[in-house]
Amino acid sequence: MRKLNRRQRVLLGLGFSAAFLIVVCIWGSLGTEAARATDFSRKNIPPCLQYPFGTDWLGRDMLVRTVKGLSISILIGITAAAVSAVIALLLGIASATMGKAVDSVISFVIDLIMGVPHILLLILISVAMGKGLKGVIVGVAVTHWPSLARLIRAEVLQLKEMPYIKIAGKLGKSRWYIAVKHMLPHLLPQFIVGLVLLFPHAILHESSITFLGFGLSTEQPAIGIVLSEAMKYLVTGKWWLALFPGLFLVVTVVLFYVMGQSLRKLLDPGSVHQ
Amino acid sequence: MKLEIKNVSYRYTSKGRQILKDFSLSMENTERVGLTAPSGYGKTTLCQLLSGYLKPNQGEILLDGRPLDSYQGYCPVQMVWQQPEFAVNPRLPLGEAIKEGDEIEERVIRGLGIEPDWFGRFPTELSGGELQRFSLARALGKRTRFLIADEISTMLDLITQSQIWHFLVEEVEKRQIGLIAVSHNPELIDRVCTRKIDLRLLDEKNR
Repeated sequence: MRKLNRRQRVLLGLGFSAAFLIVVCIWGSLGTEAARATDFSRKNIPPCLQYPFGTDWLGRDMLVRTVKGLSISILIGITAAAVSAVIALLLGIASATMGKAVDSVISFVIDLIMGVPHILLLILISVAMGKGLKGVIVGVAVTHWPSLARLIRAEVLQLKEMPYIKIAGKLGKSRWYIAVKHMLPHLLPQFIVGLVLLFPHAILHESSITFLGFGLSTEQPAIGIVLSEAMKYLVTGKWWLALFPGLFLVVTVVLFYVMGQSLRKLLDPGSVHQ
Repeated sequence: MKLEIKNVSYRYTSKGRQILKDFSLSMENTERVGLTAPSGYGKTTLCQLLSGYLKPNQGEILLDGRPLDSYQGYCPVQMVWQQPEFAVNPRLPLGEAIKEGDEIEERVIRGLGIEPDWFGRFPTELSGGELQRFSLARALGKRTRFLIADEISTMLDLITQSQIWHFLVEEVEKRQIGLIAVSHNPELIDRVCTRKIDLRLLDEKNR
Protein backbone atom coordinates (compact mmCIF):
# COMPACT_ATOMS: atom_id res chain seq x y z
CA MET A 1 0.00 0.00 0.00
CA ARG A 2 1.13 3.48 -0.82
CA LYS A 3 2.25 5.50 2.15
CA LEU A 4 -0.17 8.30 3.01
CA ASN A 5 1.13 11.82 3.35
CA ARG A 6 0.34 13.98 6.35
CA ARG A 7 -2.65 15.70 4.87
CA GLN A 8 -4.23 12.38 3.87
CA ARG A 9 -3.64 10.94 7.34
CA VAL A 10 -5.25 14.00 8.89
CA LEU A 11 -8.23 13.73 6.55
CA LEU A 12 -8.58 10.05 7.42
CA GLY A 13 -8.59 10.81 11.15
CA LEU A 14 -11.06 13.62 10.67
CA GLY A 15 -13.41 11.47 8.56
CA PHE A 16 -13.27 8.55 10.97
CA SER A 17 -14.00 10.68 14.07
CA ALA A 18 -16.82 12.56 12.35
CA ALA A 19 -18.37 9.30 11.08
CA PHE A 20 -18.21 7.68 14.53
CA LEU A 21 -19.81 10.66 16.23
CA ILE A 22 -22.58 10.95 13.63
CA VAL A 23 -23.38 7.23 13.83
CA VAL A 24 -23.57 7.41 17.62
CA CYS A 25 -25.86 10.45 17.45
CA ILE A 26 -28.28 8.91 14.94
CA TRP A 27 -28.32 5.46 16.53
CA GLY A 28 -28.81 7.00 19.96
CA SER A 29 -31.72 9.20 18.96
CA LEU A 30 -33.48 6.23 17.30
CA GLY A 31 -33.04 3.89 20.27
CA THR A 32 -34.79 5.89 23.02
CA GLU A 33 -37.33 3.19 23.85
CA ALA A 34 -34.88 0.30 23.56
CA ALA A 35 -32.62 2.00 26.10
CA ARG A 36 -35.41 2.00 28.68
CA ALA A 37 -36.91 -1.44 27.90
CA THR A 38 -36.51 -3.86 30.82
CA ASP A 39 -36.62 -7.65 30.47
CA PHE A 40 -36.07 -9.75 33.59
CA SER A 41 -35.54 -12.93 31.59
CA ARG A 42 -32.16 -11.59 30.45
CA LYS A 43 -30.83 -9.70 33.47
CA ASN A 44 -27.18 -9.61 34.52
CA ILE A 45 -25.76 -11.31 31.41
CA PRO A 46 -21.99 -10.72 31.00
CA PRO A 47 -20.78 -9.58 27.57
CA CYS A 48 -21.59 -12.18 24.92
CA LEU A 49 -22.25 -12.21 21.18
CA GLN A 50 -25.92 -11.24 21.48
CA TYR A 51 -25.25 -8.52 24.06
CA PRO A 52 -21.68 -7.31 23.41
CA PHE A 53 -21.79 -4.94 26.40
CA GLY A 54 -23.88 -7.28 28.61
CA THR A 55 -27.14 -6.40 30.37
CA ASP A 56 -27.83 -4.78 33.74
CA TRP A 57 -29.85 -5.82 36.84
CA LEU A 58 -33.12 -4.81 35.11
CA GLY A 59 -32.28 -6.67 31.91
CA ARG A 60 -31.56 -3.55 29.88
CA ASP A 61 -29.17 -3.87 26.95
CA MET A 62 -26.01 -1.97 27.95
CA LEU A 63 -24.90 -1.40 24.34
CA VAL A 64 -28.09 0.50 23.55
CA ARG A 65 -27.87 2.40 26.84
CA THR A 66 -24.27 3.35 26.23
CA VAL A 67 -24.99 4.65 22.73
CA LYS A 68 -28.08 6.53 23.90
CA GLY A 69 -26.11 8.01 26.79
CA LEU A 70 -23.31 9.13 24.50
CA SER A 71 -25.71 10.69 22.01
CA ILE A 72 -27.33 12.77 24.78
CA SER A 73 -23.88 13.80 25.93
CA ILE A 74 -22.78 14.73 22.40
CA LEU A 75 -25.89 16.83 21.79
CA ILE A 76 -25.38 18.66 25.08
CA GLY A 77 -21.72 19.08 24.21
CA ILE A 78 -22.44 20.55 20.78
CA THR A 79 -25.09 22.98 22.03
CA ALA A 80 -23.08 24.11 25.01
CA ALA A 81 -19.85 24.45 23.04
CA ALA A 82 -21.54 26.40 20.23
CA VAL A 83 -23.18 28.86 22.63
CA SER A 84 -19.94 29.18 24.54
CA ALA A 85 -17.89 29.79 21.41
CA VAL A 86 -20.26 32.48 20.14
CA ILE A 87 -20.09 34.27 23.51
CA ALA A 88 -16.30 34.02 23.30
CA LEU A 89 -16.18 35.44 19.77
CA LEU A 90 -18.43 38.42 20.55
CA LEU A 91 -16.77 39.30 23.85
CA GLY A 92 -13.28 38.72 22.47
CA ILE A 93 -13.84 41.11 19.57
CA ALA A 94 -15.68 43.65 21.75
CA SER A 95 -12.83 43.57 24.23
CA ALA A 96 -10.21 44.26 21.59
CA THR A 97 -12.06 46.93 19.61
CA MET A 98 -14.33 48.88 21.96
CA GLY A 99 -11.80 50.72 24.06
CA LYS A 100 -10.05 50.52 27.39
CA ALA A 101 -13.09 50.53 29.72
CA VAL A 102 -14.86 47.66 27.94
CA ASP A 103 -11.59 45.77 27.72
CA SER A 104 -10.85 45.96 31.44
CA VAL A 105 -14.39 44.92 32.39
CA ILE A 106 -14.34 41.89 30.08
CA SER A 107 -10.81 40.93 31.11
CA PHE A 108 -11.87 41.11 34.75
CA VAL A 109 -14.85 38.81 34.11
CA ILE A 110 -12.59 36.39 32.24
CA ASP A 111 -10.14 36.27 35.16
CA LEU A 112 -13.00 35.91 37.62
CA ILE A 113 -14.57 32.92 35.87
CA MET A 114 -11.21 31.27 35.19
CA GLY A 115 -10.30 31.69 38.86
CA VAL A 116 -13.27 29.70 40.16
CA PRO A 117 -13.23 25.91 39.62
CA HIS A 118 -15.61 25.07 36.76
CA ILE A 119 -17.29 22.22 38.58
CA LEU A 120 -18.36 24.53 41.42
CA LEU A 121 -19.94 27.06 39.05
CA LEU A 122 -21.53 24.25 37.06
CA ILE A 123 -23.20 22.74 40.13
CA LEU A 124 -24.43 26.15 41.30
CA ILE A 125 -25.85 27.15 37.90
CA SER A 126 -27.30 23.74 37.20
CA VAL A 127 -29.10 23.61 40.56
CA ALA A 128 -30.28 27.22 40.23
CA MET A 129 -31.74 26.48 36.78
CA GLY A 130 -33.64 23.49 38.22
CA LYS A 131 -31.23 20.75 37.13
CA GLY A 132 -32.21 18.95 33.92
CA LEU A 133 -30.99 19.45 30.37
CA LYS A 134 -31.36 23.24 30.36
CA GLY A 135 -29.38 23.68 33.56
CA VAL A 136 -26.48 21.60 32.27
CA ILE A 137 -26.32 23.33 28.88
CA VAL A 138 -26.49 26.84 30.39
CA GLY A 139 -23.98 25.85 33.04
CA VAL A 140 -21.44 24.54 30.57
CA ALA A 141 -22.00 27.41 28.10
CA VAL A 142 -21.56 30.11 30.73
CA THR A 143 -18.39 28.66 32.23
CA HIS A 144 -16.41 27.64 29.17
CA TRP A 145 -16.05 30.77 27.05
CA PRO A 146 -13.27 32.67 28.89
CA SER A 147 -10.21 30.87 27.55
CA LEU A 148 -11.39 31.14 23.93
CA ALA A 149 -12.45 34.77 24.44
CA ARG A 150 -8.99 35.60 25.76
CA LEU A 151 -7.39 33.93 22.75
CA ILE A 152 -9.57 35.86 20.28
CA ARG A 153 -8.99 39.16 22.10
CA ALA A 154 -5.22 38.68 21.92
CA GLU A 155 -5.45 37.75 18.25
CA VAL A 156 -7.51 40.84 17.32
CA LEU A 157 -5.20 43.13 19.31
CA GLN A 158 -2.24 41.76 17.40
CA LEU A 159 -3.99 41.98 14.03
CA LYS A 160 -4.93 45.63 14.59
CA GLU A 161 -1.23 46.52 14.60
CA MET A 162 -0.39 44.69 11.38
CA PRO A 163 0.69 47.03 8.56
CA TYR A 164 -1.71 45.52 6.01
CA ILE A 165 -4.68 46.27 8.30
CA LYS A 166 -3.50 49.88 8.71
CA ILE A 167 -2.87 50.19 4.97
CA ALA A 168 -6.39 48.95 4.20
CA GLY A 169 -7.68 51.72 6.47
CA LYS A 170 -5.66 54.36 4.58
CA LEU A 171 -6.95 52.96 1.31
CA GLY A 172 -10.37 54.01 2.51
CA LYS A 173 -11.70 50.58 3.43
CA SER A 174 -14.48 50.48 6.03
CA ARG A 175 -14.18 48.83 9.45
CA TRP A 176 -16.66 46.19 8.29
CA TYR A 177 -14.57 45.38 5.19
CA ILE A 178 -11.41 45.08 7.29
CA ALA A 179 -13.14 42.88 9.87
CA VAL A 180 -14.63 40.51 7.30
CA LYS A 181 -11.89 40.47 4.70
CA HIS A 182 -8.74 40.73 6.81
CA MET A 183 -9.53 39.68 10.36
CA LEU A 184 -12.02 36.84 9.89
CA PRO A 185 -9.70 34.59 7.84
CA HIS A 186 -7.20 34.80 10.73
CA LEU A 187 -9.76 34.24 13.46
CA LEU A 188 -11.75 31.45 11.83
CA PRO A 189 -9.23 28.61 12.29
CA GLN A 190 -8.70 29.57 15.94
CA PHE A 191 -12.44 29.84 16.41
CA ILE A 192 -13.37 26.51 14.81
CA VAL A 193 -10.60 24.62 16.56
CA GLY A 194 -11.52 26.26 19.86
CA LEU A 195 -15.14 25.31 19.28
CA VAL A 196 -14.34 21.67 18.58
CA LEU A 197 -11.95 21.43 21.52
CA LEU A 198 -14.72 22.75 23.79
CA PHE A 199 -16.85 19.64 23.07
CA PRO A 200 -14.82 17.16 25.13
CA HIS A 201 -14.82 19.60 28.08
CA ALA A 202 -18.56 20.02 27.82
CA ILE A 203 -19.17 16.27 27.63
CA LEU A 204 -16.90 15.44 30.55
CA HIS A 205 -18.43 18.15 32.71
CA GLU A 206 -21.94 17.08 31.79
CA SER A 207 -21.26 13.47 32.77
CA SER A 208 -19.40 14.43 35.94
CA ILE A 209 -22.16 16.65 37.33
CA THR A 210 -24.77 14.09 36.31
CA PHE A 211 -22.66 11.45 38.07
CA LEU A 212 -22.57 13.63 41.19
CA GLY A 213 -26.36 13.94 41.05
CA PHE A 214 -26.71 17.61 40.09
CA GLY A 215 -27.33 17.16 36.40
CA LEU A 216 -29.87 15.25 34.35
CA SER A 217 -32.71 13.29 35.98
CA THR A 218 -32.46 9.51 36.32
CA GLU A 219 -35.01 8.56 33.67
CA GLN A 220 -32.73 9.96 30.94
CA PRO A 221 -30.05 7.37 30.28
CA ALA A 222 -27.22 9.92 30.04
CA ILE A 223 -23.74 8.49 30.36
CA GLY A 224 -23.29 10.01 33.82
CA ILE A 225 -26.49 8.32 35.06
CA VAL A 226 -25.46 4.97 33.57
CA LEU A 227 -22.09 5.22 35.30
CA SER A 228 -23.39 6.31 38.70
CA GLU A 229 -26.00 3.52 38.70
CA ALA A 230 -23.33 1.03 37.73
CA MET A 231 -21.21 2.01 40.76
CA LYS A 232 -23.67 0.26 43.11
CA TYR A 233 -23.30 -3.04 41.24
CA LEU A 234 -19.57 -2.87 40.63
CA VAL A 235 -18.73 -4.49 44.00
CA THR A 236 -20.90 -7.51 43.14
CA GLY A 237 -18.58 -8.31 40.26
CA LYS A 238 -20.57 -6.86 37.34
CA TRP A 239 -17.57 -5.09 35.84
CA TRP A 240 -19.09 -4.66 32.39
CA LEU A 241 -21.71 -2.19 33.64
CA ALA A 242 -19.10 0.53 34.19
CA LEU A 243 -16.28 -0.55 31.90
CA PHE A 244 -17.93 -0.18 28.50
CA PRO A 245 -19.84 3.07 29.07
CA GLY A 246 -16.73 4.55 30.71
CA LEU A 247 -14.47 3.35 27.93
CA PHE A 248 -16.74 4.74 25.24
CA LEU A 249 -17.00 8.08 27.00
CA VAL A 250 -13.21 8.29 26.87
CA VAL A 251 -13.18 7.18 23.20
CA THR A 252 -15.72 9.86 22.28
CA VAL A 253 -13.73 12.56 24.04
CA VAL A 254 -10.52 11.42 22.37
CA LEU A 255 -12.20 11.42 18.94
CA PHE A 256 -13.44 14.96 19.42
CA TYR A 257 -9.91 15.92 20.34
CA VAL A 258 -8.54 14.19 17.23
CA MET A 259 -11.12 16.06 15.18
CA GLY A 260 -10.07 19.40 16.67
CA GLN A 261 -6.39 18.74 16.07
CA SER A 262 -7.03 17.54 12.50
CA LEU A 263 -9.03 20.67 11.75
CA ARG A 264 -6.22 22.80 13.14
CA LYS A 265 -3.72 21.09 10.87
CA LEU A 266 -5.95 21.50 7.83
CA LEU A 267 -6.97 25.12 8.43
CA ASP A 268 -3.67 26.41 9.69
CA PRO A 269 -0.89 24.53 7.88
CA GLY A 270 1.71 26.80 9.49
CA SER A 271 1.08 25.14 12.87
CA VAL A 272 3.26 22.22 11.68
CA HIS A 273 6.32 24.29 12.44
CA GLN A 274 5.29 25.10 16.00
CA MET B 1 -1.28 70.78 -4.35
CA LYS B 2 0.96 71.25 -1.35
CA LEU B 3 1.93 68.85 1.44
CA GLU B 4 3.10 70.73 4.51
CA ILE B 5 4.41 69.65 7.86
CA LYS B 6 4.53 72.53 10.33
CA ASN B 7 6.58 72.61 13.55
CA VAL B 8 5.95 68.95 14.26
CA SER B 9 7.38 67.26 17.32
CA TYR B 10 7.09 63.58 17.95
CA ARG B 11 8.05 60.96 20.51
CA TYR B 12 6.66 57.44 20.76
CA THR B 13 6.13 57.39 24.54
CA SER B 14 5.70 60.41 26.80
CA LYS B 15 9.15 59.89 28.32
CA GLY B 16 10.75 58.48 25.16
CA ARG B 17 13.41 60.00 22.96
CA GLN B 18 12.45 63.14 21.05
CA ILE B 19 12.53 61.82 17.51
CA LEU B 20 11.40 64.94 15.67
CA LYS B 21 11.56 68.40 17.16
CA ASP B 22 9.94 71.45 15.64
CA PHE B 23 10.27 69.94 12.19
CA SER B 24 8.90 71.76 9.16
CA LEU B 25 8.84 70.85 5.49
CA SER B 26 6.76 71.87 2.55
CA MET B 27 6.58 70.28 -0.88
CA GLU B 28 4.62 70.55 -4.11
CA ASN B 29 3.11 67.63 -5.98
CA THR B 30 5.55 68.29 -8.83
CA GLU B 31 8.57 67.76 -6.61
CA ARG B 32 10.53 64.64 -5.81
CA VAL B 33 12.14 64.94 -2.38
CA GLY B 34 14.88 62.63 -1.17
CA LEU B 35 15.33 61.95 2.53
CA THR B 36 18.61 60.64 3.88
CA ALA B 37 19.97 60.03 7.34
CA PRO B 38 21.58 57.17 9.23
CA SER B 39 19.41 54.68 11.11
CA GLY B 40 17.49 56.06 14.05
CA TYR B 41 17.07 59.63 12.81
CA GLY B 42 13.33 59.24 12.35
CA LYS B 43 12.99 58.71 8.60
CA THR B 44 10.29 56.08 8.95
CA THR B 45 8.60 58.04 11.73
CA LEU B 46 8.47 61.08 9.47
CA CYS B 47 7.01 58.97 6.65
CA GLN B 48 4.33 57.57 8.93
CA LEU B 49 3.47 61.05 10.20
CA LEU B 50 3.21 62.40 6.65
CA SER B 51 0.90 59.62 5.55
CA GLY B 52 -1.30 59.81 8.62
CA TYR B 53 -0.35 56.53 10.33
CA LEU B 54 0.92 58.49 13.33
CA LYS B 55 -0.44 61.66 14.90
CA PRO B 56 2.09 64.37 15.84
CA ASN B 57 2.41 65.37 19.51
CA GLN B 58 2.68 69.01 18.45
CA GLY B 59 2.34 70.88 15.19
CA GLU B 60 0.20 70.03 12.19
CA ILE B 61 0.30 68.27 8.87
CA LEU B 62 -1.60 69.98 6.06
CA LEU B 63 -2.57 68.75 2.64
CA ASP B 64 -3.78 71.54 0.34
CA GLY B 65 -4.18 73.75 3.42
CA ARG B 66 -6.44 71.26 5.17
CA PRO B 67 -5.38 69.01 8.08
CA LEU B 68 -4.50 65.56 6.75
CA ASP B 69 -6.73 63.70 9.22
CA SER B 70 -9.79 65.62 7.99
CA TYR B 71 -9.64 63.61 4.73
CA GLN B 72 -12.20 60.81 5.03
CA GLY B 73 -11.92 57.54 3.13
CA TYR B 74 -9.08 57.17 0.65
CA CYS B 75 -6.00 59.02 1.87
CA PRO B 76 -4.36 61.03 -0.96
CA VAL B 77 -0.97 60.51 0.70
CA GLN B 78 -0.02 56.86 0.33
CA MET B 79 3.01 55.24 1.89
CA VAL B 80 4.85 52.13 0.74
CA TRP B 81 6.29 50.26 3.70
CA GLN B 82 9.82 49.08 4.12
CA GLN B 83 8.91 45.41 4.73
CA PRO B 84 6.64 44.13 1.96
CA GLU B 85 6.03 40.84 3.82
CA PHE B 86 3.91 42.63 6.44
CA ALA B 87 2.18 44.93 3.97
CA VAL B 88 0.04 42.17 2.44
CA ASN B 89 -2.33 39.81 4.22
CA PRO B 90 -0.69 36.35 4.23
CA ARG B 91 -4.08 34.66 3.98
CA LEU B 92 -5.31 36.42 0.84
CA PRO B 93 -4.13 35.92 -2.73
CA LEU B 94 -2.31 38.94 -4.14
CA GLY B 95 -5.08 39.76 -6.61
CA GLU B 96 -7.08 40.87 -3.56
CA ALA B 97 -4.30 43.24 -2.51
CA ILE B 98 -4.38 44.96 -5.90
CA LYS B 99 -8.17 45.21 -5.80
CA GLU B 100 -7.88 47.12 -2.52
CA GLY B 101 -6.14 49.95 -4.32
CA ASP B 102 -8.02 52.70 -6.10
CA GLU B 103 -8.68 51.39 -9.64
CA ILE B 104 -5.13 50.39 -10.41
CA GLU B 105 -4.41 50.74 -14.11
CA GLU B 106 -3.12 47.86 -16.23
CA ARG B 107 -0.24 50.12 -17.30
CA VAL B 108 1.02 50.42 -13.70
CA ILE B 109 0.88 46.67 -13.16
CA ARG B 110 2.79 46.00 -16.37
CA GLY B 111 5.24 48.82 -15.72
CA LEU B 112 6.22 47.34 -12.38
CA GLY B 113 6.82 43.95 -13.99
CA ILE B 114 4.04 42.06 -12.23
CA GLU B 115 3.37 38.76 -14.01
CA PRO B 116 -0.30 37.80 -14.58
CA ASP B 117 0.04 34.44 -12.80
CA TRP B 118 1.19 36.10 -9.56
CA PHE B 119 -2.34 37.31 -8.89
CA GLY B 120 -3.60 33.90 -7.79
CA ARG B 121 -0.64 33.25 -5.51
CA PHE B 122 -0.32 33.77 -1.78
CA PRO B 123 2.33 36.13 -0.32
CA THR B 124 4.46 33.23 0.98
CA GLU B 125 4.83 32.03 -2.61
CA LEU B 126 6.55 35.20 -3.83
CA SER B 127 9.84 36.85 -2.93
CA GLY B 128 10.17 40.13 -1.06
CA GLY B 129 11.00 42.03 -4.23
CA GLU B 130 7.96 40.62 -6.02
CA LEU B 131 5.72 41.53 -3.08
CA GLN B 132 7.14 45.05 -3.03
CA ARG B 133 5.89 45.60 -6.60
CA PHE B 134 2.40 44.74 -5.40
CA SER B 135 2.65 47.23 -2.54
CA LEU B 136 3.82 49.87 -5.01
CA ALA B 137 1.08 49.16 -7.52
CA ARG B 138 -1.55 49.23 -4.77
CA ALA B 139 -0.35 52.64 -3.58
CA LEU B 140 -0.50 54.11 -7.10
CA GLY B 141 -4.29 54.40 -7.17
CA LYS B 142 -6.26 57.01 -9.07
CA ARG B 143 -6.67 59.39 -6.13
CA THR B 144 -3.08 59.24 -4.89
CA ARG B 145 -1.52 62.73 -4.90
CA PHE B 146 1.63 62.03 -2.88
CA LEU B 147 3.63 58.83 -2.70
CA ILE B 148 5.97 58.13 0.18
CA ALA B 149 8.52 55.44 -0.58
CA ASP B 150 10.26 54.26 2.58
CA GLU B 151 13.34 52.33 1.42
CA ILE B 152 11.34 50.44 -1.14
CA SER B 153 14.26 49.09 -3.12
CA THR B 154 16.56 47.79 -0.40
CA MET B 155 15.59 44.17 -1.04
CA LEU B 156 15.91 44.33 -4.84
CA ASP B 157 18.81 43.52 -7.11
CA LEU B 158 20.35 46.42 -9.04
CA ILE B 159 18.67 45.74 -12.39
CA THR B 160 15.23 45.48 -10.82
CA GLN B 161 15.93 48.59 -8.73
CA SER B 162 16.72 50.60 -11.83
CA GLN B 163 13.64 49.28 -13.67
CA ILE B 164 11.32 50.14 -10.81
CA TRP B 165 12.76 53.59 -10.15
CA HIS B 166 12.74 54.35 -13.84
CA PHE B 167 9.06 53.50 -14.08
CA LEU B 168 8.24 55.29 -10.82
CA VAL B 169 9.88 58.57 -11.84
CA GLU B 170 8.13 58.49 -15.20
CA GLU B 171 4.79 57.68 -13.60
CA VAL B 172 4.86 60.37 -10.89
CA GLU B 173 6.01 62.94 -13.43
CA LYS B 174 3.19 62.11 -15.82
CA ARG B 175 0.48 62.07 -13.16
CA GLN B 176 1.96 64.91 -11.12
CA ILE B 177 2.27 62.86 -7.96
CA GLY B 178 4.63 64.24 -5.34
CA LEU B 179 7.27 61.71 -4.32
CA ILE B 180 9.20 61.40 -1.09
CA ALA B 181 11.95 58.83 -1.40
CA VAL B 182 13.87 57.53 1.59
CA SER B 183 17.13 55.75 0.94
CA HIS B 184 20.58 55.10 2.34
CA ASN B 185 21.97 55.31 -1.13
CA PRO B 186 23.07 58.89 -1.99
CA GLU B 187 23.57 58.14 -5.71
CA LEU B 188 20.01 56.90 -5.99
CA ILE B 189 18.66 60.04 -4.30
CA ASP B 190 20.78 62.22 -6.64
CA ARG B 191 19.40 60.46 -9.71
CA VAL B 192 15.75 60.29 -8.69
CA CYS B 193 15.05 63.43 -6.68
CA THR B 194 14.77 67.14 -7.43
CA ARG B 195 15.48 68.14 -3.83
CA LYS B 196 17.50 66.53 -1.07
CA ILE B 197 17.00 66.73 2.69
CA ASP B 198 19.39 65.32 5.25
CA LEU B 199 17.75 64.85 8.63
CA ARG B 200 21.18 64.97 10.25
CA LEU B 201 21.78 68.57 9.22
CA LEU B 202 18.34 69.64 10.42
CA ASP B 203 19.01 67.94 13.68
CA GLU B 204 22.24 69.87 14.19
CA LYS B 205 20.51 73.12 13.38
CA ASN B 206 17.98 72.44 16.12
CA ARG B 207 20.65 71.99 18.75
